[in-house]
Amino acid sequence: MKALPHPLSPEVRPLTLRDLGWLTASLAIVIAPHALRAPWWLTLLTLCLYGWRFYSMLSRAPLPSRWLVIAVAFIGMLGVWMEYRTLFGRQPGVILLMLFSGLKLLESRHHRDGAVAAFLGYFLIITNFLYTQSIPTALAMGVGVFAITATLVGFSAPQRAPRANLRTAGLLLTHAAPAALVLFLLFPRVQGPLWGLPQDAYAGMTGLSDTMSPGNLSQLALSDAIAFRAAFEGESPPQPLRYWRGPVLWDFDGRTWSSGQGYLVNFQPPQGGRATYQYSVVLEPHNHYWLFALETAAALPERSRITQDGQILSFAPVRSRLRYDMSSVIDPAREPRENRGTLGRALRLPADYNKRTVALANEWRAAGGSDVDMLNRGIAFLIKGRFTYTLEPPLLGRDSVDEFLFDSKAGFCEHFSSAFTVLMRAAGVPARVVTGYQGGDLNPVDRIITVRQSDAHAWTEVFLAGRGWVRVDPTAAAMPTRVDGGLAQALPQTQALPLLMRPELEWLRGARYRWEALAHKWNIWVLGYSPERQRDLMLSLGMRDADWQKLTAVLFTFLGAMTIALLAWSLRRLARPDPVQKAWQIFCRKLASRGVVRAPHEGPRDYSARAARALPGSRRAILRIGALYIALRYGTSTNRPSTARLRRLVRELRPT
Amino acid sequence: MINALLDRHPRIANWIYGFTPPERGTVTLVHRRVYIVPTQLGWLFALTLAILLVGSINYALSLGFALTFLLAGMGLAGMVHTARNLARMAVSVGRAEPVFAGEAAQFRLYLDARAAFDRPAILARHLRSRSQMVLDVPAAGLAEVVLAVPAPARGWLPLGRVMLETRFPLGIFRAWSYVEPDARCLVYPRPERSMLPAPAAESSRGALRSPTPGNDDYSGLRAYQLSDSPRHVAWKAVARSEDMLTKQFMGEAAAELWLDWARLAPQLAVEQRLSRLAGWVLEAERSGVQYGLRLPGVEIAPGRGELQRAACLQALALYNGT
Repeated sequence: MKALPHPLSPEVRPLTLRDLGWLTASLAIVIAPHALRAPWWLTLLTLCLYGWRFYSMLSRAPLPSRWLVIAVAFIGMLGVWMEYRTLFGRQPGVILLMLFSGLKLLESRHHRDGAVAAFLGYFLIITNFLYTQSIPTALAMGVGVFAITATLVGFSAPQRAPRANLRTAGLLLTHAAPAALVLFLLFPRVQGPLWGLPQDAYAGMTGLSDTMSPGNLSQLALSDAIAFRAAFEGESPPQPLRYWRGPVLWDFDGRTWSSGQGYLVNFQPPQGGRATYQYSVVLEPHNHYWLFALETAAALPERSRITQDGQILSFAPVRSRLRYDMSSVIDPAREPRENRGTLGRALRLPADYNKRTVALANEWRAAGGSDVDMLNRGIAFLIKGRFTYTLEPPLLGRDSVDEFLFDSKAGFCEHFSSAFTVLMRAAGVPARVVTGYQGGDLNPVDRIITVRQSDAHAWTEVFLAGRGWVRVDPTAAAMPTRVDGGLAQALPQTQALPLLMRPELEWLRGARYRWEALAHKWNIWVLGYSPERQRDLMLSLGMRDADWQKLTAVLFTFLGAMTIALLAWSLRRLARPDPVQKAWQIFCRKLASRGVVRAPHEGPRDYSARAARALPGSRRAILRIGALYIALRYGTSTNRPSTARLRRLVRELRPT
Repeated sequence: MINALLDRHPRIANWIYGFTPPERGTVTLVHRRVYIVPTQLGWLFALTLAILLVGSINYALSLGFALTFLLAGMGLAGMVHTARNLARMAVSVGRAEPVFAGEAAQFRLYLDARAAFDRPAILARHLRSRSQMVLDVPAAGLAEVVLAVPAPARGWLPLGRVMLETRFPLGIFRAWSYVEPDARCLVYPRPERSMLPAPAAESSRGALRSPTPGNDDYSGLRAYQLSDSPRHVAWKAVARSEDMLTKQFMGEAAAELWLDWARLAPQLAVEQRLSRLAGWVLEAERSGVQYGLRLPGVEIAPGRGELQRAACLQALALYNGT
């Protein structure tokens, strides 16, 4: 006999309008963030493919041929190549995947294709996390998971009401949650990556760079993006002490400062100092080696090194959020000596640049005095110079320092530090530029200091014989409010500030603080869950040196227990008998005790009739129970007698 | 291959399947009887999970891990839900009306949810005939399955093994269970259309009073008897009065027709004889005569109506002489 097609097999069940609607809606949720990132024409093309599929469903037009689909795919790939000049980067790959979701939809005839498209939807969700893993993204993608799951449930129960399918999807995800939590905590984590990542994998990270030229810090200062967060044990340092040291720049070519060659040294803990701060930093990825720390580091974090000029470097570029513990000491005794080569480098200036500045410094030097005098003269020059602090400095030409000091007199911290360092070098005082962050916002909710890119700062360090390298902040000298009150205080009211730094939006900042505190917890506990954290957790659970075998064993024990619990739950729900059935069974038992046993084949009508004949004393009650049971069990849903009545009758039955 | 082996050794099959057919009364699908394996789609789902996992490791995506593990947990929950969709369901059988050989027996099964949740998309498939039906069983309710099973030969047709299968809710697992309820359908011999035999042979008893029984000759009305064919009820008269009346035809009461095995041509084979007799029973019932049936060892007294017809056909269906 010829086998009929299996009616449950997804290959033969055609996609209905309802299925298509669910599928398209859930795919739309998960591609929405990509659609905003993709080139407009590709978003439009993808939406057209979705629309095309709907059109052919509604008008019962045949789906386009395979060749046409391939042609559209080819055109899309060509377009992406023209846009990015590659198909294999992160961005082009993700965007092509979005296009393929439309192509898959266009060739979906049966539930099987639909399910493949749904799985592609799950995959598209994870590609969103390549860009951001924030709480809003997680929530939006949670909705996406729910919608895709409901779509899959709809495929396997086409006749069911969509609300029931939504409920089933919710139930499935609820039941999945404990297993997901256990897997998340216990699944042996491997430190990625497993293979080389595409060139643009870390594109779009903002932060300091190892060069500084006029204009790039003020650009960075317009960004609200978070650089890092620091949680202090006990008191946090006051605003003027919060100098977060980053890259040190030595070499000046007349316009741009760069860090040049450095070398690693053995870490020597500093002696003395006013106060020590213990804190942990959660650094946002910036794709460089620097770790930021308060001046001056008293200990190095794990997996890090230090250079001769005090930059703390991690072993690998920071490409994912990194948490490290630090301790810093304020004003320690400094190393008073420095080798000659380094001092020579700290005096070097390019010839034929910034002649007016060099001439001024030579004047000071000629007038005589120590290095400290030079320093004081320089600071006095800045204070008296009536400089303007601005986020929109005028463009500077070849001799940028000259133009800033003598003509425009308006600039951002990079102008001040650059000009001051040049002045000092020209006056014969070894000096270098230090970039990093100054300040940071103390969140009153969780006492965590958030440092944003808008806190980016540059200052100068000069070497004074007998005192070592000393920090001088020329910006603070010229504009004392910058350091005391932050950027918002230092800038004139008319200048555009990042929205959240505006003082008049106090309530907005309150909400922001709360949100930040939540986001920080999210970063630490969800996103920052790393192999190290997993080890710590296992240690706190009393499992020393948890290797992957042990973790797997624990994991499978948990999962097994969970499945059994789930099974027990479903059994318990099943075992709970129907009250009508239960009453009937009691009835049968009561009659059986009087010798009237129900035969397996005997229906309720025959049985109650026979029992009524055998037990004439309870005839009426027996017949009424039989009739009630039949009506409750087999009757139509309208006009049902009450279950309670049946139960009462059965309870009161004393067969005689 | 395994199926062939199990067919030859039913005891092994019974041990594997956990029950001995046929099963009387209501069959409850206990967990032990529900089997579950991933479908092709399930393997595809597993592949998707593997890709998601590798992607999460490679890009160190915490939320990627969370998604992967959520979906893995969902697969696990989906497995339990799929098994639950069948487990503890009760299967009982309904009456199957007799059919003639060559027709299809309509077996009725009742699926009782016995649960507070509905059990959607359950496939009931009769294994031998591949007759199948997909249905939803409502929460705490019953659903009826009708399986049309071809009945090639007369006699009792047992239902045989029925598979209940579901892939709800995700389609990534397939759970199934076998039941073999004690249901059977009576199959009458395939009726052969032929002229009724002459009733003359019984004249020796003197029973035949009318030499020419004219069925079309209307002779009056009489009170309805249970055995009367509805064809002969005087519906117009019933509509006028409250009593059921039957049209009486000339000689009807008197005509008695014996459908006799012994009077068939001796060269006919057993089945041919039974077919011929079955055809006669139908013809006799249609023409409204009183008819009786004689088989070796069986005699059914003349009578008329549905009960007579059923009794005669049953005797023919179950005849097991030579």
